Amino acid sequence: MIAALRLVSGREPLIVWQTETALPSGLDLIIIPGGYSYGDYLRCGAIAARTPVMRAVAEMAKKGVLVMGVCNGFQILIEAGLLPGALLRNASLKFVCREVKLQVSNAGTAFTRAYSSGQIIRCPVAHQDGNYFADPESLARIEGEGQVVFRYAEGTNPNGSVNDIAGIVNETGNVLGMMPHPENLIETAHGGTDGRPLFEGILGKAA
Amino acid sequence: MTIPNTIPITEDLVAAHGLKPEEYQRILDLIGREPTFTELGIFSAMWNEHCSYKSSKKWLRTLPTSGPQVIQGPGENAGVVDIGDGQCVVFKMESHNHPSYIEPYQGAATGVGGILRDVFTMGARPIAAMNALRFGAPDHPKTKHLVAGVVAGIGGYGNAFGVPTVGGELNFDARYNGNCLVNAFAAGLARTDAIFYSKAEGVGLPVVYLGAKTGRDGVGGATMASAEFDEGIDEKRPTVQVGDPFTEKCLLEACLELMDIGAVIAIQDMGAAGLTCSAVEMGAKGDLGIELNLDNVPAREERMSAYEMMLSESQERMLMVLRPEKHEEAEVIFRKWGLDFAVIGRTTDDLRFRVLHQGEEVANLPIKELGDEAPEYDRPWQAPSPLAPLDTASLPQTDVAAALLKLLGSPDLSSRRWVWEQYDTLIQGNSLQIPGGDAGVVRVEGHQTKALAFSSDVTPRYCQADPYEGGKQAVAECWRNLTAVGAEPLAATDNLNFGNPERPEIMGQLVRAIEGIGEACRALSFPIVSGNVSLYNETLGEAIPPTPTIAGVGLIPDRAKMARIAFTEEGQTILLAGGPQGWGSHLGQSAYLRDIFKRAEGTPPPVDLEHEKRVGDFVRSLIRNGKTSVVHDISDGGLAVALAEMAIASGIGARIDEPPANADAAFFGEDQGRYVLACSLGDGVLDELIAQAQKAGVSLIRIGVTGGNELKLGEAHAISVAELEEAHEGWFPRFMDGRTG
Repeated sequence: MIAALRLVSGREPLIVWQTETALPSGLDLIIIPGGYSYGDYLRCGAIAARTPVMRAVAEMAKKGVLVMGVCNGFQILIEAGLLPGALLRNASLKFVCREVKLQVSNAGTAFTRAYSSGQIIRCPVAHQDGNYFADPESLARIEGEGQVVFRYAEGTNPNGSVNDIAGIVNETGNVLGMMPHPENLIETAHGGTDGRPLFEGILGKAA
Repeated sequence: MTIPNTIPITEDLVAAHGLKPEEYQRILDLIGREPTFTELGIFSAMWNEHCSYKSSKKWLRTLPTSGPQVIQGPGENAGVVDIGDGQCVVFKMESHNHPSYIEPYQGAATGVGGILRDVFTMGARPIAAMNALRFGAPDHPKTKHLVAGVVAGIGGYGNAFGVPTVGGELNFDARYNGNCLVNAFAAGLARTDAIFYSKAEGVGLPVVYLGAKTGRDGVGGATMASAEFDEGIDEKRPTVQVGDPFTEKCLLEACLELMDIGAVIAIQDMGAAGLTCSAVEMGAKGDLGIELNLDNVPAREERMSAYEMMLSESQERMLMVLRPEKHEEAEVIFRKWGLDFAVIGRTTDDLRFRVLHQGEEVANLPIKELGDEAPEYDRPWQAPSPLAPLDTASLPQTDVAAALLKLLGSPDLSSRRWVWEQYDTLIQGNSLQIPGGDAGVVRVEGHQTKALAFSSDVTPRYCQADPYEGGKQAVAECWRNLTAVGAEPLAATDNLNFGNPERPEIMGQLVRAIEGIGEACRALSFPIVSGNVSLYNETLGEAIPPTPTIAGVGLIPDRAKMARIAFTEEGQTILLAGGPQGWGSHLGQSAYLRDIFKRAEGTPPPVDLEHEKRVGDFVRSLIRNGKTSVVHDISDGGLAVALAEMAIASGIGARIDEPPANADAAFFGEDQGRYVLACSLGDGVLDELIAQAQKAGVSLIRIGVTGGNELKLGEAHAISVAELEEAHEGWFPRFMDGRTG
């Protein structure tokens, strides 16, 4: 993720330790990348969601700063209560790393504006707990509010997520969580660049 | 209350430590008195087969281990090879066979953890992993359980640690029913001026313990791994360690930071035989004594005895000698990463290994002799008797298309997607080729054009039939797979898995395989820079087939000039490089003979090493010169399976000419040193290439053309690519999950 930000923005991202209690002002974007925070030994993202820095992230999110969580970052945002629903063990009960198709269900967010609505993109996934779930009432709400921004398409749902949900935003549209890894498909060496517009859109570099 | 160290040493106790009466006598002669209980444990840890290589050392010395590219050969935690620009690749393969059979998830997971530690102990950041797995017959009641657990364990550790798994292999054979094999490989990247070694320097310096706390897990693990299995193996479960990849990730980052600030004088990971092996190695290599005070060892459990602490194989632990002036800085780093650390001893000038516990000296042994005086055996060996060649003419003709479908959907040749989709193949963002091709490829981060290729190979049925040719073939196939992606093969690591070396016929397999490996490595300038030997892979007297796994590393100077197995467009000319008259001829010990006729007969295909090198060098030059970017080596299942894999990978079909002679041998023969290529070049340029090949002594012939959505092999009926794919992809998920596709 750091390499992706460097490549797309041409700038060095600021890396923040989990024990920090405050974040600097003037941030363009806060990213919580993938990984196995604390080994995911309790529940995925549960321990990281309770680290001091997450309080600061929540404050920034409230102020409207863009926050994006990918994979374990999505799990952390959910555990921190910044996004609705839950991420359960994959329906296969196994870790899965493969390329899937995503449909951009809402191209009107700050994160997806470089895509067109309904566009199908390629994107890899790599996770064991990405099976998105929400109770019927919450699900109806996030669907109704257009909070679902990415859906697994063309029968490629790798984990059993309800409504093929791969990524969602919060009600105010400034917090995105997604299981797939757009940062692993941003240069020709990766075999494709479908993930790149996401970063370009966020960083205001979209054409 | 103190924990006693005065348990009487009886014959039974000595035997329970895996020491033979004459080995115990050697201990008595060496120290001139009866050892304490802790000392007996220390000797058993240092002198078991796993740690001392006592049966294999004599033969391992015959392997070529040097070359202009080699910075560090065997004898350290991992081998180190120069890749230019002040960078080097650090790699090794190691087995975790015995623990994986007893407890597949943790056994395999800690195998991955151990090999990653070997790599980053030397100052390298891990960038790629592979694994070579062998299981029993698919219908054996334990097989599914072992496959599921081992694969999940490898993924569970490697994925969480954050290293991409880019290659590997997996076979089934009833002779692994009682002993599965789990060989884990890892490679890392380091600067050539910042490689770290285990040799301690300086007297009176603190010995620092870093990482996870010590528990009772794994006590006696290395001794367990040096014995055959019998009916009581389930009781051995407590000797398997439990892995914690998150702690390992923190340990990696902490170690690299410590190295970066220049705090580390010597470093050794605690692997097999834990604290004992690591402390003795650091001292002995530096001609220093070591004194340990176990009261300072961070312990996870209460009332651990000195014996247990010295033999614990708790994971994610490191031992270091630090520069005293950097001590405070180092402490800040340990704390930041939340790791336990403690000064648990010091270096001395008396060449003794002294261990204190609760105010008592529980061990006082000569440190050099612990390693150097370990028994070394020249075990009697018996060369396997040669087999008669297969009379190919005696085989009935088969339906080529039907045979191909059967082979593609067989347990051994079917797609391993079910396995590698459980591994994170993309983490770190540098993977250029993931499993499913000839070699995994990872670009060198920070370099504009360089990439590294990785492949792991051995064909156990060849080794069983002829360990010498099988050993040669394992090296040649690895070299060929690296070549097939366009890499210059640099060096290899070997993981020698065999049965009980005390049996002359097993020792004969080991000796002949090592001779074959050595010959091939010399001929191909492909030295062995690290490795591991796993013996006693036997259950109730049944040995595994000899399985000398070879894992190699190659350098691609310009990743824009790389080849993959998938056809890239319709109308490409398909060429066969390195084939004999008639394209293929050797069906002895082939997958075809085994899976179609249920026969395991004949000699394995011989490897002509000069031919191998000539053909490989030529194919590599074609890739480097941009003449082709589509190459696949021909191995199990022969030309037909290679072509089918190329079609499946691309979704493009092909039409192949009728072979000049026996179609079965042409399509399914496993003659060595062959590649399939596809080129998008005009006829004139192709004619020129073929003439060039001829001049270089390489057979290069047109055999067909790509296009359509069917594969048609000579006069056999055409098979749609979709049907090939279904056969190829179907077997594994159906076997493991009872579903199709």
